[in-house]
Amino acid sequence: MKNIYPLTAIASSFLIALSAPAKADEDAKLVVNDEIEMVTETAAPSHLEGLDTIYSGWTFRTDETQSLQMDDFDNPAFVFVDQAMDAWDKVEGSAEKSCSSCHGDVMESMKGVRAVYPKWNEEAGEVRTLVTQINACRTEQMGAEPWGYTSGKMASMEALISVPSRGMPVDVAIDGPAQSMWAKGKELYYTRFGQLELSCANCHEDNYGNMIRADHLSQGQVNGFPVYRLKNTKLNTAHARFKGCVRDTRAETFNPGSEEFIALELYVASRGNGLSVEAPSVRN
Amino acid sequence: MASGVKPRVKVPSSVSAGEVIEIKTLISHKMESGQRKDDDGNTIPRSIINRFTCTFNGETVIDVTMEPAISTNPYFQFEAKVPEAGEFVFTWYDDDGSVYEEKKSVTIG
Amino acid sequence: MEFSRRETLALGAGAAALSMLPLRSFAATADEMIAEFTGGADLAQDGVTLTAPEIAENGNTVPIEVSAPGASEIRVYATGNPTPPVAAFAFGPLAGSRAASTRIRLAETQNVVAVAKLEDGSFAQSTKLIKVTIGGCGG
Ligand code: HEC
Ligand code: HEC
Repeated sequence: MKNIYPLTAIASSFLIALSAPAKADEDAKLVVNDEIEMVTETAAPSHLEGLDTIYSGWTFRTDETQSLQMDDFDNPAFVFVDQAMDAWDKVEGSAEKSCSSCHGDVMESMKGVRAVYPKWNEEAGEVRTLVTQINACRTEQMGAEPWGYTSGKMASMEALISVPSRGMPVDVAIDGPAQSMWAKGKELYYTRFGQLELSCANCHEDNYGNMIRADHLSQGQVNGFPVYRLKNTKLNTAHARFKGCVRDTRAETFNPGSEEFIALELYVASRGNGLSVEAPSVRN
Repeated sequence: MASGVKPRVKVPSSVSAGEVIEIKTLISHKMESGQRKDDDGNTIPRSIINRFTCTFNGETVIDVTMEPAISTNPYFQFEAKVPEAGEFVFTWYDDDGSVYEEKKSVTIG
Repeated sequence: MEFSRRETLALGAGAAALSMLPLRSFAATADEMIAEFTGGADLAQDGVTLTAPEIAENGNTVPIEVSAPGASEIRVYATGNPTPPVAAFAFGPLAGSRAASTRIRLAETQNVVAVAKLEDGSFAQSTKLIKVTIGGCGG
């Protein structure tokens, strides 16, 4: 008896109906505000061996959830984008500056930024996520307190900065100085965690399209993050989602902001190279 | 809950007289139902927006009584008739006495 | 005994994909509330439309729409919630239609009822069963 969990506990955690349809609606198209055409399905980037086609998590949601993302007045994430707009102009810290003091209009200065993060920062000599970059600006440029990695303020700011990149293809660099972090992230992605001995790939590469309990499994892409979830009715960062997924395998999880999760975010983001930046998106 | 409450309202800014238009409203609010418990097992007191109204030039479009079963960040979509140029007023009434108001002007053209 | 990952995943394949809570109902109280609204009047079975998903991806945010041409007011009740009333929509002279959409919380799989008071003083009702699912990933 190697298995210390009773059969029923495992079975009730992972009811996967393998006969489930591959996708809810093959032809659904995501156009936001009748204006921004999103690529939700495209050829997998060449570095990705396990998949031929990549799909946005949006394609796996029900019609009702999908439609919440089609208009910024239906998408509840935008109440937080509005709040971040105020934060963008708010003077804070010892330098008495706001984000706008240096960056001006967020819709202009941040265009394209979300599409290329996480990204190598030459001066700092590290891979930065949008979150660590925002906090670097807060602490080093503004002399202000950093925001919590998965805090509401941070998720809202990340959402605001993503808005001007919506519709642009994710284009994360995986070579050069970022290569070693990327390789580390890739290794984590294929590592089996926890009592259930499941890797990210076991669910999101081998079983996407299947049902796990009542949840329609996606490829676990991060092009929509931060994500407004119907479940907790707030914006969720990618690291908060990673944490939940690792915890579901009954493993000790890494912390949001840890080197492991930054590497994982870089790798997972690169699996979505070619999908549109959808953030802030809506999921169940 | 008076802090951080921001309404979002979608109204076309220019319409033809007598036109029926679609309106969407969204406001950030926890809508604490009064049925949840905190970590110590104590009931978290109810704190919701209990009423939402929309008027145009003082005449009612819709008047909604809201219960705790309305989701966090309440959303409403409905239609209004616009007989002339004027102003929509949207009002949300909080249990704690706060009132949140948003106005949108509409021209005929 | 040892399970491979495939076996672990396949274990539940025979079971229903939807894990539903048993149907529990506070219908008595909802019925009482509806009777209070209608004054015990008969309820026509057409005249009001309730649009909602058959299966809600999450019970915390379930989109619904009610519509009843000629209605002065439409009330919505969630019969399986601890407190059934959801909302009452009263339409004024500048309402462009007697319809509204919102998002509601459902504690479990249950019947949702819309009752419309029409301008001629009569009432109409529509009932819809909404299944509330439980997600697989705690995330
Ligand atoms: C005192 C000026 C200053 C302030 C204030 C400031 N930043 Fe920055 N920010 C910079 C500089 C300089 C860079 C580029 C250098 C670097 O990579 O660190 C930068 C880079 C960034 C980037 C990355 C852009 C890219 O193309 O990769 C983001 C995102 C960002 N800032 C967000 C913010 C936010 C959000 C705030 C407010 C909370 C803020 N910044 C406040 C100076 C500032
Ligand atoms: C036991 C299966 C399982 C494992 C293992 C798992 N996930 Fe998930 N994951 C889910 C489910 C279920 C969802 C919710 C439905 C969906 O979007 O796929 C989800 C959602 C996600 C999402 C959100 C996708 C979106 O579009 O919003 C991301 C990102 C994600 N997972 C990443 C990961 C990463 C990274 C790992 C490895 C550390 C991982 N997951 C491991 C089951 C799993």
